[in-house]
Amino acid sequence: MAQMNLLQAINSAMDIAMATDDSAVVFGEDVGHFGGVFRATSKLQEKYGKERCFNTPLTEQGIIGFANGLAAQGSTAIAEIQFADYIFPAFDQLVNESAKFRYRSGNEFDVGRLTVRTPYGGGIAGGHYHSQSPEAYFTHTPGLKIVVPRNPYEAKGLLLASIRDDNPVVFFEPKRLYRASVGEVPEGEYTISLSKAEVVQSGSDITLLGWGAQMELIEKAAKMAADIGISCEIIDLRTLLPWDVDTVAKSVCKTGRLLVSHEAPITGGFAGEIAATIQQECFLHLESPIARVCGMDTPYPLALEQAHMADHLKIFEAIKASVEF
Amino acid sequence: MSLEPQHQVHKAVMTSGHALKIPELKILQSDGTPYPGATLPDIDQELALKIYDTAVFTRVLDERMLAAQRQGRISFYMTCIGEEAAVVGSAAALSQDDMIMAQYREQAALRYRGFTTEQFMNQMFSNVKDLGKGRQMPIHYGSNELNYMTVSSPLGTQIPQAAGYAYGQKRAGKEAVTLCYFGEGAASEGDFHAGLNMAAVLNCPAIFFCRNNGYAISTPTSEQFAGDGIAPRGVGYGINTIRVDGNDMLAVLAATQQARAIAVAENKPVLIEAMSYRLGAHSSSDDPSGYRSREEEAKWREHDPVLRFKLWLLAQGWWSEEQDEALYDQYRKEVLAAVKVAETLPKPAYDTLVTDVYDTVPEHLEKQLQETRDHMARYPDHYPADSGKEA
Repeated sequence: MAQMNLLQAINSAMDIAMATDDSAVVFGEDVGHFGGVFRATSKLQEKYGKERCFNTPLTEQGIIGFANGLAAQGSTAIAEIQFADYIFPAFDQLVNESAKFRYRSGNEFDVGRLTVRTPYGGGIAGGHYHSQSPEAYFTHTPGLKIVVPRNPYEAKGLLLASIRDDNPVVFFEPKRLYRASVGEVPEGEYTISLSKAEVVQSGSDITLLGWGAQMELIEKAAKMAADIGISCEIIDLRTLLPWDVDTVAKSVCKTGRLLVSHEAPITGGFAGEIAATIQQECFLHLESPIARVCGMDTPYPLALEQAHMADHLKIFEAIKASVEF
Repeated sequence: MSLEPQHQVHKAVMTSGHALKIPELKILQSDGTPYPGATLPDIDQELALKIYDTAVFTRVLDERMLAAQRQGRISFYMTCIGEEAAVVGSAAALSQDDMIMAQYREQAALRYRGFTTEQFMNQMFSNVKDLGKGRQMPIHYGSNELNYMTVSSPLGTQIPQAAGYAYGQKRAGKEAVTLCYFGEGAASEGDFHAGLNMAAVLNCPAIFFCRNNGYAISTPTSEQFAGDGIAPRGVGYGINTIRVDGNDMLAVLAATQQARAIAVAENKPVLIEAMSYRLGAHSSSDDPSGYRSREEEAKWREHDPVLRFKLWLLAQGWWSEEQDEALYDQYRKEVLAAVKVAETLPKPAYDTLVTDVYDTVPEHLEKQLQETRDHMARYPDHYPADSGKEA
C-alpha cells in the first residue's frame, strides 16, 4: 500500500483503466500535457500518447457530445469537466442523450462506457462559480449513475468501478479533499461496488448519512456527539443514483433517527428524496423527524463561506435536537 | 501567426460576411441531361436503380404515412418530400460500415441501408416488434445492424456525437466514416459549433451533411442566418467544405463520394451543404400554407429531385415509364399491406417499461414495476388487454 492523496488515487484509477483497456480515452480542457487544472491526469499523455489523452477545445457541450459518440462507438470514454459549476452547457447532452441512449433505442445503442469526472463542492474560497454541488440535477435523471467518493481509497475503487460499469456515470470529485485527504491506497487494481452504501461507524442513537467531502464534517460532529454520550451510526451513501435504500433503512430502523447532510442548497436537494423514502420505509421506527443539514438556498458566497456551509457545528446541533426531540 | 506581406494592411479593412462565395456543384439539369462539361460520379446501372428504387419507396411511404396520420392511425409523421436526392444521394456514397447519424427526416438513408417496410411500420405503430420497443414518437428509427444511430428529438445533439463516433472508428483502425445529417435550422444550435470545432481540431473522419431546405418549421432561412448559408462556417472551422445542388442526385453522390475519400484518407471532417427545398410540411402537426406561398412551392416542384433523376435514367435507357408505374404500384400495395399488419400487432410487453434504463434492472425499478402490475390487476378493463403479450 502506498500513501496517496485523492488526486493521486484518481490518477492511479485512470492509469489502470488505460493500461488494461486500449480503447480507454481521457479528454477534457487542459488534461493533456498540462495534466488537468488539478493535475488529475498528470503523466497520462506521456504514457499513453496524444491520441488517448488529449486537450479539447473549451466546449463542455462538445466534450460530452463527443464523449457520447465515442462511447456509442464502443470505446471507453473518460471525460473531464474542469469544474462541476461548468457542467451546465453539457446538461442537454447528459440528461437527454447519455441518460436515454439505451432506453430510447431499445438497447440498439448505448453509451455505457462513458464516465464524466468533475470536481465539485466548496470550502476552497472559490465563490459561487467554483463551489457548487449540482448532483441533484442529475439524480432526477433515470439512466445516469451518480457517484461521489469520500477519500483516496474510495475514490480509486469507485472510479475504476465507474469506468468499467456498463452505464454512463457522473463522478463528482470533492475538490476540497484533492490534496487534503491522504490515506493508504493499494497500487494495484480493485473496485468498490456501485450502489452499495457503507456503514463507516456503527452506533445506536442516530444515523448520520452523507457522501463525499461532507463525510469528514459528519465524522467530526459524531465525535463531538460521542463526547456528550450520543452514539452515532455513520453511513457513506457513495452512489446517489441508484441509491442503497436497504442499508439506510436498516440502520434507521435500528437507531430510530436520521440526519442527512449535504453541501448543496436544501430545497430540491437529494436529502429531501432520502427523507421521503426513509419516512415511508421506517415510519413506525422513527422517534424524531428526519433532519436535514444542508447548504442555504442562496448561490454559494465567497466571503461568508463558513456561515453558509453545512459544517460540523450545525450537524452537531442537529444531532442534539434530534436526540432530544 | 504571421501574415503574408500581401495580407498586411495599414488601415482598417473589413471583410464582409458575404465575401466568401462558395461554389455550388451541379451536374444534372432539370430536364435530366447533364450540364455540358459536367463530370459524372462513379455510378453504374445497378447503383442508379437502387438509388431510384429507394427514392420512389420513400415518396410512397411519405404519402401513405401522412395519410395514415390524417386518419388517426399514427400520432405523428415527418416527410422527406423534396429532399430525397440529398438523402439517398449521400447515403449511396457510403459503405455499409459507415455510421449514419440522422436528424429525423432521412428515412431514405435508412431504406437504402436495408430497413424493411415492416420495420418502418413496427416503429411507427410502436408495436412489439419495434426495435426501439415503443419508446419514441413515430419516425425515430434506429438499427444497430444497419449502422443507423437511433434518432433523438433534441435538435443537433448528434453533431458532436458524430465527431466522437468518428474518432472511435479511427482509433479502432476502421476505414469508416460517420455521416451526420442535420438541417440549416439545427446549425444554429450550440451543438453544431461545438461538434464541428471538435471534429476539426481532433481530426475526426466525419461528414457533416447539412440539408438546407429553406425552413426550420416556419422560420425561413432569411431569419435563420445572416451569412451565405451554412457552408462558410465549415471554412471558418478549418474544414473542407462543398456546396451542392441538393435536388441533383448525381451532384450529391459525387460530392459525398469525394468527401468520404478525404475523410478516410486524411482523417479529416468534411462539411457538405445541400441546397434544397422542403416541399412537404415540417411535420404532420404543421401547416406551411400559413407562412409560404403556393407560387414558391410550385417553383420548386419544377426542380423535383426524383423526377429529375428519373429523366436521366430514361435517357440512359436504364428505365421505362412502364417500369416506373409498376414500381409505384408495387410500393403502394406493400406499404398498405404492412400498415394493416403492424397496427394489429400487440404493444411491447409491460416488462419493457423498466428495461434498458440501465444495463440491468435495478431493485427500485423492479419494485415500481411490481406496484404498477398490482395496480393494473385491480383495474383490468382500464389497461390495454393486448399489451404485455409477446408476439
